[in-house]
Amino acid sequence: MTAATTGTGDLAIRIRAVDKWFGAVHANRAADLEVVRNEINALVGENGAGKSTLMKIVSGLQPPDRGTIEVNGRDVTGWSTAEAIRAGVGMVHQHFMLVPTLSVAENVVLGREPGGRAMFDRAQAIRDVESLVASSGLAVDANRLVADLSVGEAQRVEILKTLYRGARILLLDEPTAVLSPPEVADLWRVLRRVRDQGTTIVLITHKLDEIMAVTDRITVMRQGATVARMVTKESTPEGVARAMVGRDVSLAVQSSAAQVSADTAPALEIRNLTVRGARVARAVNEVSLAVRPGEILGIAGVEGNGQSELLDAIVGFRAAEGGSLRLGGADLTRASVRARADAGLAHIPEDRHHRGLILDYSIAENLILGLQHRFSTGAQLDRAKIRANAEQQVRAFDIRPTDPALAVRGLSGGNQQKVVIARELSREFSVLVAAQPTRGVDVGAIEFIHDALRKARNAGKAILLVSAELREILTLSDRIAVMYGGRIVTEFARADATEEVLGPFMTGARRDGAAA
Amino acid sequence: MTPERRTALEEALLPPLVALAVALVAGDLLILTYGEAPGAVWRLMLEGTWGNAYGIGQVLYKATALAFTGLAVALTLRVGLFNIGAEGQLAAGGFAAGLVGLALPAGTPMLLAVALCVAGAAVAGGITGAVPGVLRAKFGAHEVIVTIMMNFIVLAVLNYIVSAHLHVPETLHTPSINAGAVPRLADSIAAFHGSAANWTVLIAGATIGAVAWFLFRTRAGFEWRAVGLQPGAAEYGGVQVGRVWRNAMILSGAIAGIGGVNFVLGYKGYYEDGFAGGAGFLGIAVALVGRNHPLGVAIAALFFATLSQGGLAINAMVPKQMVEVLQGIVILAVAASVPEVRALVRAAAGKRRAAEAS
Repeated sequence: MTAATTGTGDLAIRIRAVDKWFGAVHANRAADLEVVRNEINALVGENGAGKSTLMKIVSGLQPPDRGTIEVNGRDVTGWSTAEAIRAGVGMVHQHFMLVPTLSVAENVVLGREPGGRAMFDRAQAIRDVESLVASSGLAVDANRLVADLSVGEAQRVEILKTLYRGARILLLDEPTAVLSPPEVADLWRVLRRVRDQGTTIVLITHKLDEIMAVTDRITVMRQGATVARMVTKESTPEGVARAMVGRDVSLAVQSSAAQVSADTAPALEIRNLTVRGARVARAVNEVSLAVRPGEILGIAGVEGNGQSELLDAIVGFRAAEGGSLRLGGADLTRASVRARADAGLAHIPEDRHHRGLILDYSIAENLILGLQHRFSTGAQLDRAKIRANAEQQVRAFDIRPTDPALAVRGLSGGNQQKVVIARELSREFSVLVAAQPTRGVDVGAIEFIHDALRKARNAGKAILLVSAELREILTLSDRIAVMYGGRIVTEFARADATEEVLGPFMTGARRDGAAA
Repeated sequence: MTPERRTALEEALLPPLVALAVALVAGDLLILTYGEAPGAVWRLMLEGTWGNAYGIGQVLYKATALAFTGLAVALTLRVGLFNIGAEGQLAAGGFAAGLVGLALPAGTPMLLAVALCVAGAAVAGGITGAVPGVLRAKFGAHEVIVTIMMNFIVLAVLNYIVSAHLHVPETLHTPSINAGAVPRLADSIAAFHGSAANWTVLIAGATIGAVAWFLFRTRAGFEWRAVGLQPGAAEYGGVQVGRVWRNAMILSGAIAGIGGVNFVLGYKGYYEDGFAGGAGFLGIAVALVGRNHPLGVAIAALFFATLSQGGLAINAMVPKQMVEVLQGIVILAVAASVPEVRALVRAAAGKRRAAEAS
């Protein structure tokens, strides 16, 4: 096909013309993949491009509807997960599958415990895992409980698990989504080392900087089909992005920071807010912040540092233990979710499947979720009004497919998120809390969503942006605060903030307020 | 019809049809092992149910109670709860209807008397349902456990009240009501003579329509279904999930309670201990086979009533217990086939797409 095609001899995985349907969704369309042995291969593409499906087929979780899979030259089409593991194919999923109450060593050997027929040899398990830790460079204490590990450490345990089972082909699904910048650097070091020891790696991602930084080869998928293969050294980020989206995309971190006078009365003001978490007493610890009309305040930070609890407390899902929350001067600390929304609080929730959408409801129904009292006459829903609203929003936000009667479940991630954003931006609001607004959304939709947020800002709305993507924070925010350990540890004007400046604060290495 | 809607319709309709086919085959085998001809037995069953006015009347009578309990269970499943307590709620409703009928003076205008008795039944059933509803909403107590326990408590308490204080000597039923009797269908249509069918069936039909309207046309129904599908998203939409759970259990109990009117006001004219006779539990099967849709519940109620009445009709050839086996098979087949059928329909839809695309 291209210059990247190699002789079949050194291919660890070779996929030919695979088709996979999920009901009406054509997830893979004659997809091809060649994974070269002993290299880090990137499988990239927008969300819904079919990357994960292809990897599920390789790891035996799903059979293909058509096409063939070869692993190490052997036709293994339609094999089971057990056969895949025996053949040395290991998959590290986006969501960890660990038993929190067991130790690291116990988790790693689970399912292949050393010992006799009935006995479990714990000492041997610890020795095995420790030697694996030493040889792979995946630093983690074999005796600790998984519940006590950081996210980065838990991921190392997942990788150790696959290596312990003898994986020679490692499939990693979006491994950096939950990591801080130093943890990401650690992961790349380990992956290079494991590769040099003879493991083949397939890295699923949609982050261009990662692709360029660590991979040897790139396969790009779009709409279920393989559209390009490149050697990393010979490609450019712009070229990869063009292949992913099918058109030119601007990649520069554009900043158009707005300056809002500190004298302007804040639209959202939080003072000394303290919130109890599921496991920690003070998941949010005396947080104070203010967002003024016409600005975007970005909260950067590694996930799990209190951002979710802070969002819950602002929106009203979780009661504050202390402190206050005011919206345009009105005290809403104890108000209900509905009362806050009616007072002018719009919210893009961080998890659209859990909070933002009812997947079995139609596009039209989801577009009025939380506004149902505005779309009824008496007790009865006003179906004509709901329909008209849906048609208008579908057009304005370019939601596809365009039939508002279709269930949201069948939409791509980007279009699902557009439904959430259309609903929140079309209501009357003065403050918008946007949490991970582009998570799991394709590159094209990201541009669209960012534009929509900027337009809202320019229209005088106050926006609180919480995102695990530092790049997104830098692109959109006018001011940037960093959250670590439940506290706001520092705050910068956009002009003073860079990844290098923010990084140490995100990991807790620095916590002196440089500005504030 | 769009392909998506066609797929959805197939997904909804196929499981009960598959279950029916499985039950027919199993029934054939059972009849054969009994040494009878399946065709003759099935014909006898149809003749004894839908073949004459008396049979139809009996089916309608049995379906009426099942429609109420089936609706009650379906309504809670729509908000993500599982009400196993329809049996106790049905009994409590019947008892209350009987009490009101006893307390009213003879000669109370019929419509007023019936309305008061129905209200009494709804309140009693609603209170029985409120206990698990409030415990769930306030303390997170699992409604399955609490409704099972409520069945024991309610049935035992009613048994005590009737046997110790209210029974007619030598029986386990209360004295006959003074007012509130619901007329039989046979009073206006002679062909139904002898059957227990009464105008409660109209109340059942109206309730089915009202529940369908409530679930699919009102704002509250929108919020209730949202709670059942995705509680987190409903909460995000400003819905108070605990309150919906509590109200749904109360409404569910009230509907099951009204079902008691069918027997107490429409058939016997008094409350009798144990009259519910499993109709509350069969309501679970009715809701399951009816896919929690009010129309589906109506059809399923008629189906199970047909089986039940049909069992009596074929008793001369094969034991009527055969239909109980069939009931069990239908329930098992529906429960087992829902995910499988869904996967099959999706796969078929995918193939259709593939064929159209290539």
